Amino acid sequence: MTAAGPTEVSYEDQLKAAFKDQSKDDILRDYLAMLRIRRFEEAAARAYTRGKISGFLHLYIGQEAIAVATQQAIQPQDRVVSAYRTHGFALALGSDPKACAAELFGKAAGLVGGIGGSMHFFDKAHQLWGGYAIIGNHIPVAAGHAFASKYTGDGAVTLVFMGDGAVGIGPVHEGMTLAGIWKLPIVFVVENNQYSMGTPLSRTLPVEDITSRAAGYGFKSDRFHVTSVAETRDRIGAAVKRAREDNQPTLLELITYRFRGHSMSDPAKYRQKEEVETWRMQDPLERTLRALQLLHGFDEAALEQLDGEVIAEVDAAYEFADKAPPPLPEARFANILVGE
Amino acid sequence: MAILQIRQAIRDAMKEEMLRDERVFLMGEEVGHYNGAYKASEGLLEQFGPKRVIDTPIVETGFSGVGIGAAMCGLRPIIEFMTFNFSAVAFDQIMNNAAKIRHMTNGQFGVPIVFRGPNAAAHMLGSTHSQAFEPYYAHIPGLKVIAVATPYDAKGLLKSAIRDDNPVIFLESELMYSVKGEVPDEEYTIPIGKADIKREGKHVTVVTWGQGVPVSLKTAELAAKEGIEVEVIDLRTLRPMDIETVITSVKKTNRAVVLFHDWPYGGVGCEVIAQIQELAFDHLDAPVLRECYEDVPFPYADNLEQLVLPTPEKGLAAVKKVLYRG
Ligand SMILES: Cc1ncc(C[n+]2csc(CCOP(=O)(O)OP(=O)(O)O)c2C)c(N)n1
Ligand SMILES: [Mg+2]
Repeated sequence: MTAAGPTEVSYEDQLKAAFKDQSKDDILRDYLAMLRIRRFEEAAARAYTRGKISGFLHLYIGQEAIAVATQQAIQPQDRVVSAYRTHGFALALGSDPKACAAELFGKAAGLVGGIGGSMHFFDKAHQLWGGYAIIGNHIPVAAGHAFASKYTGDGAVTLVFMGDGAVGIGPVHEGMTLAGIWKLPIVFVVENNQYSMGTPLSRTLPVEDITSRAAGYGFKSDRFHVTSVAETRDRIGAAVKRAREDNQPTLLELITYRFRGHSMSDPAKYRQKEEVETWRMQDPLERTLRALQLLHGFDEAALEQLDGEVIAEVDAAYEFADKAPPPLPEARFANILVGE
Repeated sequence: MAILQIRQAIRDAMKEEMLRDERVFLMGEEVGHYNGAYKASEGLLEQFGPKRVIDTPIVETGFSGVGIGAAMCGLRPIIEFMTFNFSAVAFDQIMNNAAKIRHMTNGQFGVPIVFRGPNAAAHMLGSTHSQAFEPYYAHIPGLKVIAVATPYDAKGLLKSAIRDDNPVIFLESELMYSVKGEVPDEEYTIPIGKADIKREGKHVTVVTWGQGVPVSLKTAELAAKEGIEVEVIDLRTLRPMDIETVITSVKKTNRAVVLFHDWPYGGVGCEVIAQIQELAFDHLDAPVLRECYEDVPFPYADNLEQLVLPTPEKGLAAVKKVLYRG
């Protein structure tokens, strides 16, 4: 699933064609939303290296368009459930970057009070219902959210995200089976970033096309390369509409790439430089940047100015996190049981 | 004698047993091409090939069950859990198949299998990734449970586990894979079910295992500075438990603390204490105490995690308490 190694000319033409129907403002909005996530993740990597963040840190670099598109495709009552590569969803859905950074630093002002860390982001006020770090165990839970929506008639759609490495594990099958039988308002999204830790798809998937499973659950399906926010939003949006209007679940496979290792402790030696470079040509952030240059005449100075503003916001978030106080000692006894 | 890390001792044990017995194979996530998430299988794929060093997708129920099924046919699988937290996904396979099949089939089938991987807390991994699984597995008749803390013990006990005809849970520690120690060049095994006195002393017995061992040894050092001689017993096998060694020590010291990396409630620590009071009640000069995790899910924040963990200082306080000192 590598790109066709386009020449510079065809790359430009193709890019122009892809973005020609979008307004300058929309392209700019998408660019900034993705850039914000990327800069946040880069800062996280630096903070990890400096020992400010510990544990497992999984970065979203390369996959930003999916979170941004998701935010654009949903309504305020909808729910987003993700695995542990979650920072991008939080930022796209409107979580305070300060609270996100503070969570990574294990501070009281963090999204979940410094109790969860990178792998366990939850922000109910911003539609983020996790943050789950045991592979696949959030899939039935998400089906449960959709069950509750059908039960109460709240009109909400649940979108649940998983990695390509998750599709084989039992709870995924069970959650999907129930969603299929009970016609739940849910969208299952596989973020296929080509690897499950150091393992390429060829060693985890019996059949390459993950959406071929949809038929067995009575789902609709869609499968595509993520190259822009707009297309991704529209195709996720179609699935959300089916879920909301017809209680028709969909299985989406979004083909993407993570440019960093699995987590900070993974040097990603299992892939070649050329592979990474090929995928860079399809990086939605890079493509959107080029679209701004090619179609709308953004020059270096303008782009640098924008970048500077994004970096300033991110830096402020990390500075806040660094200075913020740790949780109070008694915080470790909180929220274990209610009514004690 | 070579100086090895625990991860190398584990690798060598698997390597030697795979050379010794064609039926032994290793299966799990990232065990082959990646050489193990914690590099405990470095070089094994290269040496033995993909038939015997088998990368799986993330399907713990699947590969645990496949291991059990293959073991019933006479193979001797080593199943690696990337961490034991993920063994929860496979719990039914271990509890209802691995542990029960010999009994349930009236001895027609056995399940000679090893489930191994890192157990208990590492550093700042949060509540789902910091759990100790020995109470769940040691609870089950039909399983053996081992927890190791030195390269020597790791190698000798893993070899015994692989040769054992029963299902064995073999608990390692992410934070201890780099711990170094002497390992004999020549072949050796350590019998399952034998504790090891890691330090002799006459005032207080500290019973421990796994990640509790280094904490207990540091506790003993702190105590020594105050003139208290602590005897540190590393159980090494949690089921079957070498209670004799514990009781012999308690009869000498008349006081005991159980120090371990797990929650206090209803675990292996409780079993140790129950047996001590049953077998040495008249020899005790103080109630037996536990020093372990606080009874809370693991928080991510560093300051909170440090409070939850057992430390040498807390161990010393417990030691002094059973001595009615300070
Ligand atoms: C049940 C379970 N087994 C193993 C792991 C360890 N683990 C964490 S992430 C991961 C790889 C997941 O890959 P994928 O689903 O493709 O998601 P990605 O990291 O690519 O986003 C593994 C094996 C886990 N968290 N849970
Ligand atoms: Mg993946």
